[in-house]
Amino acid sequence: MSEARSRNSEPTGRALLKGLAFASPFIIGFLVLYAWPILASGYYSLTDFSLFKAPKWVGLANYERMISDAKFWKSLYNTLFFTFVGVPVDIAISIAGAHILNQKLKGQPLWRALVYLPSIVPAVAAGFLWRWLLNAQYGFVNEILRWFRIPQPNWLLDASWGGISVIVLMLWTVGGTMLIYLAALKNVPQELYEAAELDGAGPLRRFWHITWPMISPVTLFQVIVLMIAFLQVFTQPFVLSKDPGLGTQTATGPGDSMLSYSIYLFQNGFTFLKMGYASAMAWVLLFVTLAITLLILWSAKKWVFYDNR
Amino acid sequence: MTTAEIQGTTLGERVPVGGRFGWLMTIYRYALVILLALVFVFPFVVMLTTAFKVSDEIFTAPPELFPRSWTLEHFYNALTQIPFWRFLINTVVIAGLSVLGTVLVSPLVAYSLAKLRWRGRNLLFIMVLATMMLPPQVTLIPIYMMWNKVGLTGTILPLVIPAFLGTPFFIFLIRQFLLSVPDELIEAAKVDGASEFRIYWSIVLPIARPALITSAVFQFVWAWTDFLYPLIYLNDEESYTLSIGLYSFLGQHGVQWGPLMAACVLFTLPAFLIFLVFQRYFIGGIATGALK
Repeated sequence: MSEARSRNSEPTGRALLKGLAFASPFIIGFLVLYAWPILASGYYSLTDFSLFKAPKWVGLANYERMISDAKFWKSLYNTLFFTFVGVPVDIAISIAGAHILNQKLKGQPLWRALVYLPSIVPAVAAGFLWRWLLNAQYGFVNEILRWFRIPQPNWLLDASWGGISVIVLMLWTVGGTMLIYLAALKNVPQELYEAAELDGAGPLRRFWHITWPMISPVTLFQVIVLMIAFLQVFTQPFVLSKDPGLGTQTATGPGDSMLSYSIYLFQNGFTFLKMGYASAMAWVLLFVTLAITLLILWSAKKWVFYDNR
Repeated sequence: MTTAEIQGTTLGERVPVGGRFGWLMTIYRYALVILLALVFVFPFVVMLTTAFKVSDEIFTAPPELFPRSWTLEHFYNALTQIPFWRFLINTVVIAGLSVLGTVLVSPLVAYSLAKLRWRGRNLLFIMVLATMMLPPQVTLIPIYMMWNKVGLTGTILPLVIPAFLGTPFFIFLIRQFLLSVPDELIEAAKVDGASEFRIYWSIVLPIARPALITSAVFQFVWAWTDFLYPLIYLNDEESYTLSIGLYSFLGQHGVQWGPLMAACVLFTLPAFLIFLVFQRYFIGGIATGALK
């Protein structure tokens, strides 16, 4: 094309072909890795099948079976526990840490790198490291608690602490969220603080009336992202609960306290080969995620502040 | 950072707490940030020092942080008790191919979304966003069945082919970056008679370099640390990645904390090096909010 045509006036057919050509890998990927599997998963969830057995239609039997499956409820309860305890604590630590990093300090890149470093540790290595740190007798976590005369739980072997151990491990990678909040704090206009200070507002009131509303859109997004991550948690409890006697088989922690939803789904699909049941579980997870997301978005009207200046 | 420093300075000058006791505030600020950094870094120190302790010293109550005598024996054991080099090569191959796929394909799709005008573009963008949010558990079993049907389970292909079909996260990231590239650059090349692919290859890709590097380093770390997918697809020790190799290591040899921590150190090191070299791309990627 030698004539100087603007891109808008390019023939629509040609433009379409070009657009499709550049996007074609993902269009194939979408069909093969998303669209078809979603339909197949929906169909599988209504069947009884495994690797060695063709799908047999059972209607809603898989969903009905969940109602009386105590392990299903246990895994759902554990996962909601991780989520509803882990996400708020994660957000609180991130905001507090971001304030510490947002002070007048030399060596900013170093401090930022140090808090982010745990986030790039392979989850398996992190899991093993924390098994060692949380070891009731020889671990450093209890040693530190001992200095401060705080009672030391038997983290990994006590059913009431297993879930908290999983949350502790996940909180080690809170640095990413902290850096996002650090960027958000830097975007809050300084004039607001100066005006508040002239009015005699103390640090707590300045946080509550300026910082918190100004960063609330970031909080909304982070709550959703973290909630999705916690609902899908797999590797952390899988490694923390590993029984040294088993190869790649799963253990689920004392009293099943580390049995996450995704672990139970994985067990059903790949250990017990109940792939229909596992597919049905995946759909329930999707709906739980959607329901909680909608709930958060609905509540956002009450606490998220959009600056429309 | 500059804004922070400017803010800091003005605060420091204005707030009356400064004055004679300003140095106390400085100490307080540094004490806080050191404490914060320590919480994140201390576990690494334990990992490292445990790996260097002789076996007798590992189990002491109360635990001691530093070894009385340093040893390399656990590193030797970690490298010889498990086929460490094989696992390492497998991991490097999978991570390398995933990165290659990502930088070859994701920007193509991103370019189509950001700079080409065609019917259906918005629909495609919605598809990218929707797939970003879908829990992978939903597609896990059908995709496994698909690879099983074509006889590729047990190979590394199910782990690397998806990167060659475009990863929604990186398509999104690169698209956002390309939106800020002025159209005039592309128009000018078009007037000169360059083909669309030439424009993409010799003008757009070089400009998009920062976004490509960010995608590449995140893809590398994700592939390096991935656990669930190798666990599902690799069933033969020959093809294990370090994640799976280390995981089964604990079963085969009981809990030997020395060699285990040494192996964890060796496993973490490459990801660290990548992080150190490409730090600003990581931090930049996080700041866009799309990646964590």
